[in-house]
Amino acid sequence: MRLALVALPVLVPLLAAGLSLIVSASTDRQRTVTLTALALVLADAIALLAVVERDGTIVVRAGDWAPPLGVVLVADLLAAMLLALAVLVALAVLLFAVGQDNADRGPGITVPYHPSYLVLVAGIALAFLAGDLFNLFVAFEMLLSASYVLITLDAGAGRVRAGMTYVITSLTSSLLFLTALGLVYSALGTVNLADLAVQAERLPPGLRTALSLMLLVVFGIKAAVVPLHFWLPDSYPTAPAPITAVFAALLTKVGVYAMVRTESLVFPRDGSWWVAAVLAVATMLVGILGAIAQDDINRLLSFTLVSHVGFMIFGLALSDVAGLTGTILYILHHITAQATLFLVAGLIVNAAGTAELSRMERGEGARRVHGVTALLFLVGGLSMAGIPPLSGFVAKFALLRAAAAHGGVAAYLLAGAALVTSVLTLYAMVRVWRGAFSPGLGEPLRLRRRPGVVLTMSAAVAMTLTGLGLAAAAGPLADMGERAATELVRPAGYRDAVLVGEGAGR
Amino acid sequence: MTSLDVTMALVVGALFAAGVHLLLQRSLMRIVLGIILLGHGANLLLLEAGGPLGEPPITGGGPDVDVDAYSDPLPQAMALTAIVITFGVTTFLLALSHRSWRLTGHDEVQNDPEDRRIGDVAERADDDPAPHLPPEDRRDAG
Repeated sequence: MRLALVALPVLVPLLAAGLSLIVSASTDRQRTVTLTALALVLADAIALLAVVERDGTIVVRAGDWAPPLGVVLVADLLAAMLLALAVLVALAVLLFAVGQDNADRGPGITVPYHPSYLVLVAGIALAFLAGDLFNLFVAFEMLLSASYVLITLDAGAGRVRAGMTYVITSLTSSLLFLTALGLVYSALGTVNLADLAVQAERLPPGLRTALSLMLLVVFGIKAAVVPLHFWLPDSYPTAPAPITAVFAALLTKVGVYAMVRTESLVFPRDGSWWVAAVLAVATMLVGILGAIAQDDINRLLSFTLVSHVGFMIFGLALSDVAGLTGTILYILHHITAQATLFLVAGLIVNAAGTAELSRMERGEGARRVHGVTALLFLVGGLSMAGIPPLSGFVAKFALLRAAAAHGGVAAYLLAGAALVTSVLTLYAMVRVWRGAFSPGLGEPLRLRRRPGVVLTMSAAVAMTLTGLGLAAAAGPLADMGERAATELVRPAGYRDAVLVGEGAGR
Repeated sequence: MTSLDVTMALVVGALFAAGVHLLLQRSLMRIVLGIILLGHGANLLLLEAGGPLGEPPITGGGPDVDVDAYSDPLPQAMALTAIVITFGVTTFLLALSHRSWRLTGHDEVQNDPEDRRIGDVAERADDDPAPHLPPEDRRDAG
């Protein structure tokens, strides 16, 4: 039973994707299949989180092959937490997409949307649960292949241009990943993460650093870390709002997760890690300065996304329990906040008829931005900037406290950059606010009564409530994050759980 | 790892060099070819990671078989998976380039026009510093 809990988040969406292709003649049936599958996976992920939280790491051996050779799925606390939240976001975004489809009444969502979306979710789940590097590669390929289809759906010239950038960049990073895999295997003769953690200690230090940096570059491209971020603000904004939202919320976080997993498990280090610290500072500052310069609301948010990936690297650079706790809290916060903002941006663009802030402010384009939309944006935007008591404040506070406790030049540099970035994020959010809402607020609501608008709105409200829930549950969540971070810093539990026997974790 | 096959090392190196060179070109077709070559290079490298050649794995067997006489099957399995994946994605890439060619009539990678557009917004604000534009745009243009 416990083993099924780990396998189902990957199996259910994959089987449902096949079913979705079979019933592709009817949009309603496709929707039912996708919604049922994701609801099942969500229930499963929550149950998994509860079980893992109580009993510790669960390991599933596929085909009952013993770990160093066989494929394992590992659900530890970090994986279970991220999985539950990721599926929740995927479900909310799906509701938004269905609602927008109803509202547009146009060609809207085409047949490939539902199966691709399900494969995307399966890939994300597999990436969180993968217990070996090669399986992680397969998971990345699954979610990337699905994302290639989603980003070029209904492709006009603009989307093909952006999709091309996205596909070629992702493919290059995948091939680099494959190269790194080959090198890791020829150096150590294993790709199992737990086994690698044992074996890596006998590598010469130079080779170890080289492999670690190579994986850092691979996952850095996926996570859009400066200077490997150029593809992201170029490609994400062209996709429809719900697709951008799910990409922004989940895909970069999978990259960060892979980075945290490999660097803490296979290449652990004492003290602060300078390369990551420099990358984090550059990512935070370059990203947010890029965001301020933008005129298109989606591009502005994409640059904010790049900038805030820096916060997650911040905790990784400190590489102690407090820093990794901050990273975990930040990932959780950012998944919800970024998804909310992109969904709200979708509502704004739908109502205003343009994505350009300067045109919105001049009053070109219709002004039918709903008052509730303004409220949702306010909560999401302030949370991104880290205003207490929202979830962004909780995560940023954890990081800053970790930096203060860590001490040293790197930590203070990181903390300073984080504070500057937070202030500039607030400024970027104020720009969006002025463009989108200041001329139009106070006008009577002129929301067109279309079927589906209620659904899109409630999906955005649900995401906002999730963000508020994260802030309300900050105490227990921080405890759980700290436990997950402790597991990361002391990988002996993970190693024993995988290599010695099932359920021996912690 | 007993020894390194120099021929294979040269082949893998050449494939990577040619692949990266093609990837940096402006024409989409060359980029696709570059990706294909890089994929071949990575797959060969993965295969080479298994060490020197030996008997075909899995076949034969029995309790008193010399394990070292066989090739390592794991990298072969991984290379097989990777070949399937690169094949599928390359097909998608080809379809996408075909679409791009049909839409634009040429196969060059296009510029992202957004940066220039932002510059235009700032310039307009500079020519006509009306209150409707945010002040930072005006400052940028100055």
